[in-house]
Formats: sequence, C-alpha cells, structure tokens
Amino acid sequence: MSETGDKPDQDNATGGRKSAGSQPAFPMRGSLFRKNLMTALLLAPAALWLVVFLVLPFVAIAIFSVGERAPEGGYQAALTFAQYANLPARATAFWNTMLLAPVGALACLLVAYPVAYYLALRAPQRWRLILLALIVIPFWTSLLMRTYAWMYILGGRGIPALLAYVGIEDLRLINTPGAVLLGIVYGYLPLMILPIYVSLERLDRRLLEASADLGATPLSTFLGVTLRLSLPGVMTGFSLVMILLLGEYLIPTLLGGGKVFFIGNALVDLFLQSRNWPFGSAIAITLVLVSVVVLIVANRISTRLSGARRVDLI
Amino acid sequence: MPKSYRDGLPISPDKFVDQLMRLKRGSISRRDFLGLTGLGVATAVMARELGIMPTPAFAAESLGDRMSIATWPNYHDPQTFENFKADTGVAVEVNVFGSNEEMLAKLQAGGSGWSLFVPTNYTISTYKKLGIIEALDMAKLGNFDGKSEDARFTAEGTIDGTTYAVPKNWGTTGFAVNTKKLAKPMSSWKEFWDTAMAEGDGRTMVHDYQLTTIGNALKYYGYSFNSLKQDELAKAEELLLKVKPHLFAVSSDYQPGMRAGDAWMTMCWTNDGAQLHRDIPEIAYVLGKEGGEIWTDFYAIPKDAPNKPAGYALLNYLMNPKVAVKEHLANGAPSTDARVNALLPKEVLDNPILYPAADLLKPLEFGAAATLTDPGRAELMARFKSA
Repeated sequence: MSETGDKPDQDNATGGRKSAGSQPAFPMRGSLFRKNLMTALLLAPAALWLVVFLVLPFVAIAIFSVGERAPEGGYQAALTFAQYANLPARATAFWNTMLLAPVGALACLLVAYPVAYYLALRAPQRWRLILLALIVIPFWTSLLMRTYAWMYILGGRGIPALLAYVGIEDLRLINTPGAVLLGIVYGYLPLMILPIYVSLERLDRRLLEASADLGATPLSTFLGVTLRLSLPGVMTGFSLVMILLLGEYLIPTLLGGGKVFFIGNALVDLFLQSRNWPFGSAIAITLVLVSVVVLIVANRISTRLSGARRVDLI
Repeated sequence: MPKSYRDGLPISPDKFVDQLMRLKRGSISRRDFLGLTGLGVATAVMARELGIMPTPAFAAESLGDRMSIATWPNYHDPQTFENFKADTGVAVEVNVFGSNEEMLAKLQAGGSGWSLFVPTNYTISTYKKLGIIEALDMAKLGNFDGKSEDARFTAEGTIDGTTYAVPKNWGTTGFAVNTKKLAKPMSSWKEFWDTAMAEGDGRTMVHDYQLTTIGNALKYYGYSFNSLKQDELAKAEELLLKVKPHLFAVSSDYQPGMRAGDAWMTMCWTNDGAQLHRDIPEIAYVLGKEGGEIWTDFYAIPKDAPNKPAGYALLNYLMNPKVAVKEHLANGAPSTDARVNALLPKEVLDNPILYPAADLLKPLEFGAAATLTDPGRAELMARFKSA
C-alpha cells in the first residue's frame, strides 16, 4: 500500500516535507527581478499585517518588560531584569494554568471526538451540513454572553432551584472547579470538533474495509486506522484549545468566582488593578514563549505519530 | 441611503457659522438667528428641563450626537440618560467598571473615549498628579452649588483651590447578610470574617478590590483601614489566606450571587446594600462597629475627553437637584447636596442603610490615595487571590 500515492493531499494537513519541493513553478514572465518584485508585492499585505498587529505590539511589550513600575502605576523607562527575576511571585498562577490548559483541552477532546466521529462517518449526508452549522452558530455570540448564561444556569435560580423540587436543597454548582471545566468544554468545543471532523472526513473508507477484511476487530481498526489517521486533526484541535486556555481568564472569573487564579487573571490584575505594567509585560512575554514551546512540541508529536512512516519512505 | 451623523442635526456647522456671522454683522435679528439655527428651540427645551437658562458658552458650543461615561454597576437611573438624549440629542454610552484602578489604567493608557467619569475620592489627587483630569470650568456648571454641599464629602474634589471633581454621592462599605440563611445578628468585621469560616462557609463573598478587602481584614484586628505597616498587613494576609478556602467568590459583582441565594453574605457598598434590601427585605446591611470605609464618588472630566462640551452638559444636567434626586432614588446612595436631600422622601432620609447613625459613621475612614497605589498591598492581594 502506497500511502503517499493514494492521499497526496494529506501532506498539507500534516505539514509534510514532501510538498515543499513540489510547488508548481512560478510562470516565468520577464526578468527574475520582476518575478521577485511580484512576490514581494503579493506578500506585502500579509507582512504588513503581521508587523502592525504582531511584531510591533510584541516589541512594545518586550520594552515594557525591562522597565519599572512608575510610583503611581504604569510604566517608566529603565533597563532591568528585575521583573523577570520576580516571576516566581506568580508561580501559583503559572502552575494553575499549566494544569488547566492540558486538562481542559483533554476534557474538550474527550467530548469532541465522538461528536466529530459521528458527524464525519455516521451522520446522514443531508444532515451533515445542518449539524455542522448547529455547532458553529453559537460561536457567533460572544463568549462573555454565553458564559454569563451558564452563570444563571448553574446559579441558585437555575439547576439547583430545579433540584430543590426533588428535595436536594442548598446544592452549590456555581464557583466550583466543575463549573470552570464545564465552561471551558462548552466554550472551546467547536475549536476541537472542527479540525477532528476535517481529518476524519478525509479518511479513505477503503482503509477501514481493508482493515476489517484482514481480520482486525472494530476496536483495533479504530485504534490502528481511524484514530491514527485523525491524529493531525486531534493535535491541531488540542494545541489550538490549549494555547487559548493558556490565556484564559474570563471563565475562571465568572464560573469559578475568581477564587482560582490563572496567569490570564494575573495579567488582567497587573494591567488593570495594580497597574504594574512592566511585571505584567514580563509575564506576557513568558506566556508567549511557553505557547511557542507548546506549539513546537505538539507539532513534533503529531508528526512523529502520524507522519513518521511517510517521511521515512522518502 | 446611508445615514450620516449629520442627519439628526438641525443645522450644519458651516451654516451655523454663516448665520452667526450674519448675526454679528447685524444683517439678521437675534430672534431670526435663534430660529434659523434651531438654537431657539434648544434653548427653550434646556431652560425648561434644567430650570435655568444655559450659559452663553454652553449654548454656542456644539454638543455632537454622542458621548460616553465611565461609571459603576447599577449606579444610574437609565431614564436619566434617555431624558438627556431627548433634551440635547446626545446619546450617552455607559461603560461600567469594577474598580478605580481599572479606570485609572484606561485613562493612563489614553484614548479612553470618555467625556465624563465617576472616580472615588482617593483617586482624584493621583489623577491630578498625572495631569489626566481637567480643572473644571465652573462657569459651565451653573447647576452646581458649592454652598449646598456637605464639605466633609466634597473636600477631596478641590486641590489647591482648583475644583477637579464635583460630588455624585457618598456612601459606606459594610457587608450585606441574608438573615434567613444566617440568622445570628452581626455588627462587626470580626463577626463577618469568623462567620465566613463557620456558618457562612462557601457562601461568603469579598470584593475583588485590595482597598476594601485588605482594609476590612485589617479591621478584624482593629488596625487602620489604610494601614501600610508591614506587621499589620502581615496579620491581615494571614487572616485572608485562612478565609480563602471558605469563600464563595472573590468578586465585586456580588448582586447576582446574593439575589440568587448562592451567596449569603458579602462585602457591600451602601448603594448595593440599599438596592438588595429594597428588593429582598431579608438582606440586611451592616456597618462594622470597628469602623471601615466612608467614601464619596465624584464626577470628573478627562483631559483627553473627545466631547468636552457634552461632558460638561451632562455633568451640569446631573447637578440639577431635580435630576439628581431621581438618580439617588434609583441607585440608593445618599446625597452630598442639601438641595437634593430636601427633595428626597422622608422614608429615604430615615433609611439607616443610607444615612447611618452618627456613632456608626464616626469610626469610618476615607480611603487614602497611598492605600490604593501601594505596590505592597497589590502584591498581597495577588497572593490572596492565587492562594
């Protein structure tokens, strides 16, 4: 079985190295200079966008992070690494976040996979689009609104009030770790479902038949074929949700009662409450670096698990 | 057809200037000028609504069609802004904040877009030092009467003889208790913190605000609400860390939790206490007998306000006792203005939540600017929240 021959489009999904060399040649018109100019012009809008919205803010934050807090709060120019040395003062927040992000992403994954599986492989074709739309539509409402809705559902006049009818009194759901986890799964589910759905949808059904014909049980077919081929989607969804969770502060505040302190909450407080912008900037820079590391690791794992064999073939 | 902001205006700025020049040259009469520019109608409306004739500076300036105000949750009668829009054509966008630091941070960053905001007494000197609030042009605030204000509450608005802020209302920081759930009568901060760790376990809220949360923890030991002393703060921190696992939430948005019955006890500002008690009579408001905080909220105008004329106009409108009295009835905070008190119904003036007995008021302290900006207290709060 030649996997590369059957499914050339998978290269894109996994960032396979083979596709890089097989780009169609740019049609030669005029000189090489003109071609380069054309490329530069085509890239300019994207580059400008990146510079204005990514590089410049990042540079500003980096400059802030080596400064000092002004006496009345805010920033005053300096060149010191004191803010970075002070990072242990927010160790608990970092630790909580490092726990929340993978656990939250895993909980999301456990709920999202069966949904994506059903959508891609089991749902009737004519329903598929409607079901997908139903998953995406709530995303059009702000996360804040949806989280507030959960505040009322879990609050004393919501589910606990209904449970009081059957004799369960004074049950508290809101401001518990369970409520935070629920909010996270609810809020980030579409981001997990969609990439998994895409990778499952492209799954070549003949592979499943072949696996069954060769005597594999449904379970080992799922583990050896379906799950394995959908891993790029799983890793995409996982790293997407995890990176967003690294900066999450709204859900712990609203559904956790602000009692559990994540790095996002530390940032909000440092910028908006104690107005220690340099320290906040140092934390923000650290958070960005951590996110990059997470991305690289996730990418490595994903390549190793699903793409290693193909890379070896080349 | 695309709608322009000019559609709602009675006259374009260019035409207005043309007509003004004609008036100056004497080629039209004053009455014609007022009629042509629409100012006649506007003046009539303003005079009726405000109870005074607007100052000339006020009438000549264009108010635009929108402005924004930064204020606190549940703090205004929404009808006030509707009426202001009906009178002046200026739509008011209301931004709600959770803390003074947050307002300060937005103003420090610049471009807040507010033309009026509601800072608390202890922030005004900091705003002035940073040079981000306007020295008020009192000529534009004809409705404000310094003589009718209670000086105890208004002093911090004026620095070195210059007025930077005029008072909205004053209030206290106590705690609200759902007496159906926590029947034991309470009268002190010591009881508040002890109950939070006993009968009120998992049902108590403290502010997400270092000034009051640390200040009221200091009161447990009878220290000053504004203490910056290391050893006293260390004791307060010890108490806070001990209470933390028993809390329902660390949040300044305590009305939803109290109303839903999820929270039974919370640190509470006067106006919220009055609103909660008004709607749910079993919720009582208690002032700690050890003391605590007394405060005044002011109105001020940022230096970079995008629509100062409208900011002044709304401020002057709010200073009209007839308007202010509705604000007080809606938000439940006591007034600093004798003219407003004269208009308030007797049951409001007799409400002990709004106007506590003198012996309860006496030990209360105004928050200090240094208390709010102290980095040590900020870090203490962060340790408490992350514990």
